[in-house]
Amino acid sequence: MDIISLLADGFALSFQPLNILVLVLGVTAGLFIGAMPGLGSVNGVAILLPLTFIVPPSSAIIFLCALYYGAMYGGAVSSILLGIPGASTAVATTFDGRPMAQKGEAGLALIAAAVASFVGGTISVILFTLFAQPLAEAALAFGPAEEFALVLLAFTTFVGLGGDDVAKTVMMILLGLALSTVGLDQISGQPRLIFFDMPGFYSGISFLIIAIGVYGVGEVLATIEETRGNPKVTTARIGFRDLADGVRKLASTWRVMGFGSVLGFFVGMLPAAGATPASLMAYGLARQSSKTPEQFGKGAVEGVVAPETANNAASTGSLLPMLTLGIPGSPTTALLLGGMVMWGLMPGPMLFIEQPQFVWGLISSLYTANVVAVLVNLALIPLFVWALRMPFPILSGVVLVLCIVGGFAPDQRWHDVWLIAGFGIVAFLLRKADYPMAPLVLALVLGPLMEKSLRQALISAQGDVTTFVTRPISATLMAISAALFLAPFVRMMLRDRRAARPAE
Amino acid sequence: MRKAEIAAACGLMALAAFFMSYAVALPIGWQPGRGPGGGAFPFWLSVGMLITGAVILVQQAMPAAAARHKGRVYIDRQAVAQLVVVSASLLAAVALTPWLGVYITLPLFVLFHLRVVGRQRWTVIAPMVIGTPIVVFFFFEVTLKILMPKGVTEPLFLPLYAAFF
Repeated sequence: MDIISLLADGFALSFQPLNILVLVLGVTAGLFIGAMPGLGSVNGVAILLPLTFIVPPSSAIIFLCALYYGAMYGGAVSSILLGIPGASTAVATTFDGRPMAQKGEAGLALIAAAVASFVGGTISVILFTLFAQPLAEAALAFGPAEEFALVLLAFTTFVGLGGDDVAKTVMMILLGLALSTVGLDQISGQPRLIFFDMPGFYSGISFLIIAIGVYGVGEVLATIEETRGNPKVTTARIGFRDLADGVRKLASTWRVMGFGSVLGFFVGMLPAAGATPASLMAYGLARQSSKTPEQFGKGAVEGVVAPETANNAASTGSLLPMLTLGIPGSPTTALLLGGMVMWGLMPGPMLFIEQPQFVWGLISSLYTANVVAVLVNLALIPLFVWALRMPFPILSGVVLVLCIVGGFAPDQRWHDVWLIAGFGIVAFLLRKADYPMAPLVLALVLGPLMEKSLRQALISAQGDVTTFVTRPISATLMAISAALFLAPFVRMMLRDRRAARPAE
Repeated sequence: MRKAEIAAACGLMALAAFFMSYAVALPIGWQPGRGPGGGAFPFWLSVGMLITGAVILVQQAMPAAAARHKGRVYIDRQAVAQLVVVSASLLAAVALTPWLGVYITLPLFVLFHLRVVGRQRWTVIAPMVIGTPIVVFFFFEVTLKILMPKGVTEPLFLPLYAAFF
């Protein structure tokens, strides 16, 4: 019952007027950002993070989490109305959402997406509440060796499960880690990698600079390249009767919602997986287990429900390792982590002991965020239809201006704005050559922790590298990392053998 | 596509070598009693980048790479012009700001972006161009007390400072 009283205390914090206000603003902003094709939660968090200095740290984090949630709801809107996923996490929603809209059931599809998101979000927050405390307590026993092994595990999930080219993924991880070492050496305090002796590099390259460059400038360039011709918006009008009707129809999909939520939550916890694969897996499972699989792809309501529950559940799932272990489960949570560190709230097991009020305030605000999101989502549907007609240059102009001023605001160095513009253009060019960006951002956020834990572990073991494999928890994590790292090679060998067999 | 792949890999390898040249300024080996030196982490990571870059180059030489690239273009030709214009205007705005200040460069950037790149109507452009500096001023300078770079326009803001601070 401990959890209930902690949660009750948390609600006291999240129901403060300022926090309610930022929650509503965050959810609304997130809904719009999620609904805009080309912008997702990670872009929203990257671009708006510098603006959150206006409120105290705990409210800022609530705002960003609300934005994250809202974006998960909003992604479905353009998937259904435009047939273009509003964010990559909503790709699977287009499969049946678009056909439903074309059949004239856009309203039902939107209601289904909103309700499914709500169910997925709520079930996963309950799971989150149950798992957070025990996981944080277990993580208290972690020393530097375990921390290092855990960070390594986070990176190897990208290699093993990421699905991108292995060499390119490794390259981006190494680049992110190398960039994170710019500035002052944490242990000796000596300056290093001060390129061209420019003073701006003494304070290092903030994760935020790379994130705004990659997800702000880079994203705008990528969208300019991809969008040709104007997509057609399907209109949708929703009355109270449609709503009641929709909810009744959805009652029969409880089973799909249930497993979508649980699956999403656990897949979301893995750093490389996250909401997009979770929603695709849930869609696949829903089709396999359906009595009418032939309806999928032609506008089956379950085809909207499954991915939408899963992607919302995954977004909560990815918050769990971020908050309890300090290892983010997705690029967006990596940015949240970086933001929290900036505000002096170091995520990890100690946070639960030192700042219980903040932690539980945040968890309780996730419950509230879900309620707010579903209501705002349904209420603002006409506004979304209008906003989706907004020409992209207006949006991209606003985003670029925000990149400039938002990049300058945190540290007031014009040097950072140069880096944003430069990284943004380079990131776009790399992205077009199939280099994944998520491992880069994650590596930059986790780099300092990884280096510190490696060096501390080695110092305390007097240079004995076996310390990582002789401690039981560290050894287990290392073994999983090794397996994940080797997975793509094993897969390749199996494929080669299979390919060779028919030739014999 | 193939050319772009090779260029990207070579670029990253050059970057790795560049990092290494800086990392060796600090000890990169084991320091008795103090663990790995300050340059070790960046140095060996860059070595890793160099090796990974070489692996990517080797992959490009394999026949499988050609099959994968078939029918793919690196960047759509029609979009290149627009991408260059957007990137160049962004860089120009960033370069000119320390001299002219954000309250001149941002409206100009918005104007250029909406008119030349976006071909929007003036009824859309005007409020955006006028609104941007006003929102930036009240949000950052008045509320957050963050002073934006103003360059030569600094004297113009003295009366505003007097009014709001």
